[in-house]
Amino acid sequence: MQGGLERATGEKMVLNFGPQHPATHGTLRIVLELDGESVLKATPHAGYLHTGFEKLGEHLDYNQYIVVTDRMNYLSPLSNNFGYVLAVEQLLGIEVTKRCQYIRILMAELSRLADHLLWLGTAALDLGAFSVFLYSFREREKLYSIFEKTTGARLTTSYTRVGGVLRDLYDGCEADVRQFVDNFPKALKETHTLLTKNRIWMDRTKGVGPISADAAVNYGLTGPCLRAAGVAHDIRKAEPYSSYHEVNFDVPVGTNGDAYDRYLVRMEEMIQSCGIVTQVLDNIPDGPVNVEDNKITMPNKSDAYGHIEGLIHHFKVVMDGHGVQPPKGDHYCATESPNGELGFYIVSDGSGTAYRIRIRPPSFFHFQALPHMLEGGMVSDTVAVLGSLNVIAGELDR
Amino acid sequence: MSEENQVEEQPKPLVLGKLEANYADALLAQDESRGTVVVVIRKERAYAVLEYLKTDPELAYTFLVDVTAVDNSQMESELMQFDYARFMVVYQLYSYQGQCRLRVKVPMPENDLSIASVTALWQGANWLERETYDMFGITFDGHPDLRRILMPDDFEGHPLRKDYPLRGRGERERFNFDKQNV
Repeated sequence: MQGGLERATGEKMVLNFGPQHPATHGTLRIVLELDGESVLKATPHAGYLHTGFEKLGEHLDYNQYIVVTDRMNYLSPLSNNFGYVLAVEQLLGIEVTKRCQYIRILMAELSRLADHLLWLGTAALDLGAFSVFLYSFREREKLYSIFEKTTGARLTTSYTRVGGVLRDLYDGCEADVRQFVDNFPKALKETHTLLTKNRIWMDRTKGVGPISADAAVNYGLTGPCLRAAGVAHDIRKAEPYSSYHEVNFDVPVGTNGDAYDRYLVRMEEMIQSCGIVTQVLDNIPDGPVNVEDNKITMPNKSDAYGHIEGLIHHFKVVMDGHGVQPPKGDHYCATESPNGELGFYIVSDGSGTAYRIRIRPPSFFHFQALPHMLEGGMVSDTVAVLGSLNVIAGELDR
Repeated sequence: MSEENQVEEQPKPLVLGKLEANYADALLAQDESRGTVVVVIRKERAYAVLEYLKTDPELAYTFLVDVTAVDNSQMESELMQFDYARFMVVYQLYSYQGQCRLRVKVPMPENDLSIASVTALWQGANWLERETYDMFGITFDGHPDLRRILMPDDFEGHPLRKDYPLRGRGERERFNFDKQNV
């Protein structure tokens, strides 16, 4: 890296990277100021996928907004669904049933696996490792089949509801998930043999895009990027929400904060998620999945069709101004999404629509810190660093 | 919160005690809401208080989680509480050391929408303040690069203000929508 700088002629070149570059994984744009192959200055630009999600939140009711959360981090919509309804439920002051909590954790951890798998495949593909992409998409496909059977959709899951979930797990879900987690460590090992000690992979990622623990905290990095820098912080451990205090798992931590450590941390997180999934399946209790409060959740279909009370409750829940109405106040709720701290800050004026919804997306901070990791490096490292951060334009620009 | 309630509840959080001792003049209100301490700070003292919260070794709120704003112009109760200040800038902080969260709110009257930038304390504040400026029109003094971030540079208006229409302004208004389908 230093050699590149010494040989520099002093002539600068400006390279526009994106917003339509295959390695930007969405509409990201970076303006690079180059001297030869060295990056002197990098300026990331956001906003190409701005969709006004926060403004929409002021016009949709609490259950309608779940659909919007699917589109934030579209690699793991189930985690977003979870984080959002948790914030609304905490604002309401209700707790969902034990079975519902376990189902949500199960789905959140499976979507963490799906998110990391897609990250792994594309990050490796960016650096030319095509086989890894095929291996990880093979596994991800199995997860998406489970999501499809559970939620009815592969991408726009909208699975959670305020006070519960759309429906209970399907018959045979446990067997499908068990089969997946039993085979998965073996499948991941194949990727380890392709990458972890691979000379090219190590050369392209070791020492590339490093960030120190202090700088990572200062920039507001969270999730795997923060842990790779050596800060052992995981919201599932520090502030256990839902039933996370009942499962055991380790928090993998890196030392150098470079692209290689971010890779290793995510690989280990996948194994830990498998462990959580197994524990959830072993201990999942029977019972209802929705809270039994007809002011919040829909009644059974048979009640809605067969009893006048059920019909009225059904009507009330869906009617504008009669459904979920949290008390006046504000609340910030953070969850550990696959990318890091996903926070929802909701201000309620007591009506059925939020007065303000603020989303705190992890990618916003990761993309902001990009110049810190790029400047002084080589232009070819841009792709490696950007890939290692897993910036998702949907949640970056909202 | 009435005084009687406070006596029955748990001991006062460390941060409230320290702020009362050192920054009593800056403190407009304090509350504990769903496990999070909330303090409302006078605008002129916001930077000093945030710096203290970050650098004090016992508190060490080193992680700036979020900066955003709320337009309270359609929430009468909030407006009345803080002298009809239209906006509220909201900082979410987290302390890795104490593993606790803190919400700092700063009321902003509409005739003076500028507040000291905290980019010197947290580099992560840079884009957060740009977004708050973009969406609400609040300016941050001392910010190194206060441009729009999500909206285009030539965009007019601030979309998250309550008087900004959901459908937007300008060319969008001239579209002929069938009223029945809107």
